[in-house]
Amino acid sequence: MSGRTLFEKVWDDHVVTSPEGEATILYVDLHLIHEVTSPQAFDGLRLHGRPVRRPDRTLATADHNVPTEPLSVPVLDPVSKRQLEVLEENCAEFGITLFPRGHENQGIVHVIGPELGVTQPGMVIVCGDSHTSTHGAFGSLAFGIGTSEVEHVLATQTIPQQRPRTMAVNIDGELPVGVEAKDVALAIIRQLGTGGGAGYVIEYRGSVIRRLSMEGRMTICNMSIEAGARAGMVAVDDTTIEYLRGRPGVPSGAAFEDAADLWRTYRSDNDAVFDQEVTIDAATLSPFLTWGTNPAQVAPVTGIVPHPVDDADRRSLEYMGLAAGVAFRDVPVDVVFIGSCTNSRIEDLRSAATVVAGHRVAEGVRALVVPGSHRVKATAEREGLDAIFLAAGFEWREPGCSMCLGMNPDQLEPGQRSASTSNRNFEGRQGRGGRTHLVSPAVAAATAILGRFATPAEVTA
Amino acid sequence: MNPVQIIEARGVPLDRSDVDTDQIIPSEWLKRVERTGFGRGLFSEWRDDPSFVLNQADYQGAEILIGGARFGTGSSREHAVWALLDYGFRAVVASSFGDIFKNNSSKQGLVTVEIDDDDLQELLALVRAHPRTLITIDVATGIIEVAEAGWQRTFVMSPMTRERLLNGWDDIGLTMRHEDEISIFETRRDVERPSLRGLFDDQGRALQSSH
Ligand code: SF4
Repeated sequence: MSGRTLFEKVWDDHVVTSPEGEATILYVDLHLIHEVTSPQAFDGLRLHGRPVRRPDRTLATADHNVPTEPLSVPVLDPVSKRQLEVLEENCAEFGITLFPRGHENQGIVHVIGPELGVTQPGMVIVCGDSHTSTHGAFGSLAFGIGTSEVEHVLATQTIPQQRPRTMAVNIDGELPVGVEAKDVALAIIRQLGTGGGAGYVIEYRGSVIRRLSMEGRMTICNMSIEAGARAGMVAVDDTTIEYLRGRPGVPSGAAFEDAADLWRTYRSDNDAVFDQEVTIDAATLSPFLTWGTNPAQVAPVTGIVPHPVDDADRRSLEYMGLAAGVAFRDVPVDVVFIGSCTNSRIEDLRSAATVVAGHRVAEGVRALVVPGSHRVKATAEREGLDAIFLAAGFEWREPGCSMCLGMNPDQLEPGQRSASTSNRNFEGRQGRGGRTHLVSPAVAAATAILGRFATPAEVTA
Repeated sequence: MNPVQIIEARGVPLDRSDVDTDQIIPSEWLKRVERTGFGRGLFSEWRDDPSFVLNQADYQGAEILIGGARFGTGSSREHAVWALLDYGFRAVVASSFGDIFKNNSSKQGLVTVEIDDDDLQELLALVRAHPRTLITIDVATGIIEVAEAGWQRTFVMSPMTRERLLNGWDDIGLTMRHEDEISIFETRRDVERPSLRGLFDDQGRALQSSH
C-alpha cells in the first residue's frame, strides 16, 4: 500500500461517518464567520430553535464591509451598518467570540486566524468565504462554504462533503530577483487556467515552497480558488512551527513541543500518489501582472499587452481599455491598492515599504495601504512602515477587506485603472467599470512611485 | 425543521396561475439580513389592494394557500419560501409548481400539494362557498380532503420529500441522524484538538500573550 498525501491524512482524521450512497460527514475544528454570509444562517437556527453546537469552535470578525477610515468615521451605509450590528447581536446571543470594528484582534478573517494561532496544522477549517483556502498553508484542509452550509456547520459542527481528488503542484528552482509569492500564485493560475483545479485539492510542493515564509505560502494557498480548486495545502515544516510558536492560540512550553511533534506528521508520505502532478520551473517566473478580467490572463510586467487569441481575450482587452502590443511600462494607473487577504500581512507591507522608502507616489495616483488586521497594523507602526508610506503620499488605513471587493466606500470609479494586490480582477469587482490589474506588493509599490506599471528593480536600482 | 404529518387548516383561494417568486417576494426584500420577517413582503405588490384575497376577513388565519398552475416559477430565491412560512402558510396547493421552488419548500417544511386542474377548481369552489371549511392534508398517506363535503383526492410526492417532511429532516436534520457518531467523534476530538475555550476573555482579548 502506498503512503498517504497530506490531504488524505487530514481528511481521514475528520471522517465522522461515510454512509453508503451519501456524502461523507466531516468534522469541523474551526468555523470562522463574518458579517456578510452569516445573518441568514443565524436566523435559520432561530427559526428552527437550534443552538450553535460549538460556539467554542466558532470565531467571528467584522471585515467585508467595515469602513477603513479612522474609527471616528461612522458606518454611513445603513445596510452595512445593520449587517455589522446583526453580527454583534448574533454572537452575543449564541456566545461566540467576536472581534468587531476597532477591536485589537479584528481584521480580515483569513489574516486573523493564522496570526492568532487558532489556525493550526491538521485542522478542518471552514468559512463562508471562498478564500478560506488561505489557511491550508498550515497543512490544514480549509475551504469556503455557502450560507446554508454556514447554518449547517453552526448547528452540527460538521459538513457533508464529496471527496475531492488530489493534485501536486511542484515548484522547484531559484526564484529570480524581484519575484514574490504573488508572482508564483499568478504563474500557477496561468498554467492551470481558471478551471484547471476544479474538483481538486492542491498541495504546493518543491524547493520554492519550502523556502517561502508562512506569509508567502498563505498568498499562494489563498489564490487556489482562482484556479478553481476547492483548497490548497502546504506540508508542515520548521517554518510552520516557528510561525506558530508564541501565538495566543497555541500551547506554551512543553505542551507546544508535543503539539509540534504531532503537527510535523502533516506532510505527504514519500511514496504518496497524487491523482495529478504539475511542475513549474521557478527560473521561468518574473514579476507578473494580470492584463484581463480573469486571473489566468497573466503577463510579465516588463512585457507587452498580448495579442488576443479568442473572443474572451478581445472582450477582456476592450473592458480593460488596452491595445495589444503596448508595453505595460507605458500604461499609467490611477489607483494602487495594497491590501486584501492575499497580500496585507506584515511581510507584504515590509516588501512594499522597502520599495517605497525615500520615494514619492507619482502625481495624480491615489495609493492606499490597508493592513490585514489591527495586529498587522500595530506591528507595521512599531517598525515605522506607516511613516514610510505616509511620507511617500500613501493613505494608511484601518484594517478590512476594503477595495478588494468594494463593499465599503473604497471603490474604483468607472474607467479607473488599478494595480491591486488582491485576488480578483473580475469586471466591476473593485467598483463598477473599474479596471483591476493583480500584482505583488513590490510591483504595486513600484507602480505607485512611477505612476505606471513597473518592477521593483526600476525604483530601487 | 419541524416534522409535518397532518395539516388541518382553512384555505385561501389565490387562484392565479404563473405566480412567480418575484411576485411572492419582490427583489427589494433580498437586502435583508434576516431570514424571518419576510411575511410582510409576501405578495407586497398586491396587498395594497383591499379586495386582494389575503385582505378579506373571511380568510384571515388560513394556513393553506390554493394557487393555480405553475406556482413559484422564476428566480431561485429561497426568500419566497421564507415569506410564505413567515406569513403563516404551511402548505400550498396548485396544479403544478416551479421546480426550484418545490425543492426549496421541501427543505424548509412547506408542503406542496399537486393535484389536477379539475380537482383544484373543485377545491377552490368549496373554499369560496364555505371559507371556514377545514382542509386536511395527510403527508403520510398522500390524501387531501374536505371531510365536511365528502371530497377526497390523492396526491403524489417523492419518497425522499415525504421522508424529510414526516421526520422533520432538513439537511441539518439528515446529518443529525448521525448525532451519536458526531458526539463520539467530538469527545475524542476535544482531547486531540482543544477548542478555543479559554483563549479569549469575554471582551475577545487574547488571554495568552503573543510575541
Ligand atoms: S479581502 Fe477580499 S477576498 Fe479576502 S476575504 Fe475579504 S473580500 Fe474576500
